[in-house]
Amino acid sequence: MSGTQAVTPTPVQLPKETPYAGKAGRRRGVAEVGKSPLWVRIVLALICIAWVVPTFGLAITSFRGQEDATTSGWWTIFTTPANFTRLTFENYSEVFTRANMGEAFVNSLAITIPATIIPILIAAFAAYAFTFMQFPGRDLLLIVIVGLLVVPTQVALVPLLKIYGTLGMNGTFPAVWLAHVGFGMPLAVYIIRNYMATLPREVIESAKIDGASHFQTFWKLILPMSTPVLASFAIFQFLWVWNDLLNALVFVGPGNNQPLTIALVQLLGQQGQGWQLLTAGGLFTMIVPILVFLSLQRYFVRGMTAGAVKG
Amino acid sequence: MTIKVLNALLAVLGGVAGAIVLYYLLNKLAELLPGKWEDRVKPYLYLLPALAAIGLYLIYPTIQTFVYSFANARSTEFVGFDNYINLLGSSGFQNTLFNTFLWILIVPAGAIILGLLIATLADRLKPKGEKFSKTLIFLPMAIGAVSAGAIWRFVYASNPPTQDQIGLLNGIVTGFGGEPVNWLQISGFRFNSLLLMVMLLWLQAGFAMVLLSAAIKGVPTETLEAARLDGAGEGAIFFRIVIPQIRTTLITVFITVLIGVLKTFDIVYVMTNGNFNTNVIAVDFFNQLFTNNNAGYAAAIVVMLLIIMIPVLVFQVRQFRAEEAAR
Repeated sequence: MSGTQAVTPTPVQLPKETPYAGKAGRRRGVAEVGKSPLWVRIVLALICIAWVVPTFGLAITSFRGQEDATTSGWWTIFTTPANFTRLTFENYSEVFTRANMGEAFVNSLAITIPATIIPILIAAFAAYAFTFMQFPGRDLLLIVIVGLLVVPTQVALVPLLKIYGTLGMNGTFPAVWLAHVGFGMPLAVYIIRNYMATLPREVIESAKIDGASHFQTFWKLILPMSTPVLASFAIFQFLWVWNDLLNALVFVGPGNNQPLTIALVQLLGQQGQGWQLLTAGGLFTMIVPILVFLSLQRYFVRGMTAGAVKG
Repeated sequence: MTIKVLNALLAVLGGVAGAIVLYYLLNKLAELLPGKWEDRVKPYLYLLPALAAIGLYLIYPTIQTFVYSFANARSTEFVGFDNYINLLGSSGFQNTLFNTFLWILIVPAGAIILGLLIATLADRLKPKGEKFSKTLIFLPMAIGAVSAGAIWRFVYASNPPTQDQIGLLNGIVTGFGGEPVNWLQISGFRFNSLLLMVMLLWLQAGFAMVLLSAAIKGVPTETLEAARLDGAGEGAIFFRIVIPQIRTTLITVFITVLIGVLKTFDIVYVMTNGNFNTNVIAVDFFNQLFTNNNAGYAAAIVVMLLIIMIPVLVFQVRQFRAEEAAR
């Protein structure tokens, strides 16, 4: 890790801005510019349709009454006009009253937001120490963290359940917050450190010469400069925690504190009669992550490339 | 409900403020130490909270799980290798291992092929079309496996032949005059497992596509032009110029998807709960722990999962060290 390396980008295959991440069309890839034969467009259109149709079917079904949803396919609204005119918002109101999705939504927020925000600062401090400080055991600790990226978190569940059991923490929000903080920490430290390692070292050196302490350098220089990677980790963690079923089942379980994923699984369990509610519930569960994803997609992609391929 | 919202807000504020105060105090503590010691101790104090979280939530429980895997169902008595012997000897668990093996074999490779295909095709579109099609395919990443379960219910659903079909696949089959099929119950050639794998591919192909697409765009134009001048066809360019240059990314995608596959729980849990011969290791773990209340079996299963992961772990660490050396 020499000082000069940090200024000139390391030789990865990633350009700084891919057309996908922003500035469209500045640099074309392998293919020549503007050359898209008809078959390419057809094949891609077919793939896109195949990708969207399942979700589209769910969306349509969520507006169909119980009778319609269980006795005819969603596509019949295009062939049978009567089916189209019977579309209704009823499922959505019912999913709140009968399946208690409203409370589950609040629970999901209450679980996800702390579990997303709290690890960031902790990981950033650790990443700072790994990047800008010298100390014995640094490389070993870092390697342990890289190794833990691979370890499935299921490994931790049985002992944690027992510990939580003795502490009486099972079923509470802090139980699941702390679990997500712990489970997300290796990835957080890893991607934030990878990003910090690409920051120009001269800035830190000159701050040191000006007499700034590590604490000041961290708050005033490194943390603001790292906002992109902090944002991308936050999106990762948000989507992960919001969509998480396993830890929610293990540490929270069904009941008053259940998040949307558990509420939805219960709807999935009811064969037949609850299916139209399942669709409304499913769509409702997807809204927040999709909004987060679409509005912050650019950060997400950048973080992914930085985290997975290294920045 | 308002209490919960307040509670969550308090947790965010308390968590962040608490962390800030904690680091301030840790830093002050280090500054109290005489000169040299301050620099020696400070890094560890900065690392302390993160390492504590990792130690408490990952390292200690992993060791404890290892110990539990040699104990009985309620972790009260040691039973030696009994859990492992019983599990590996049961045909049910052998089946689970076989299914898991199929997932490992098919999904990462499938995600890479799909990702490469979509990335290469979209690369030829105009920027607007490229961005739009990529976003569509990437979107399931945000949807999550449980909602995907709801979505795919309406693809694989099957009604008795006397009724109209509400599942898309059976809608197509009966539309062509065929008999409806109970898709998720066909375990011959593990067909139902394959259908579940399709769901994971649907969720993850976008991830592979985005990373591979970025890598393909990073291939230097000069090498491509040189190859074209030498008269290489598009196929040769792709396999002999592009693929070797995006090797690192291919490996990264492969490993990331592989890790995801081994942890796969939600899809199988919500679609079949491991019935009809679709069980995988992560679902078996959950059911041993909560349905059978057998912590010993659950621990042994997860230790075996960890053992399967070891080659990946070794590879990942090696890769990391090579990258660090190149920095």
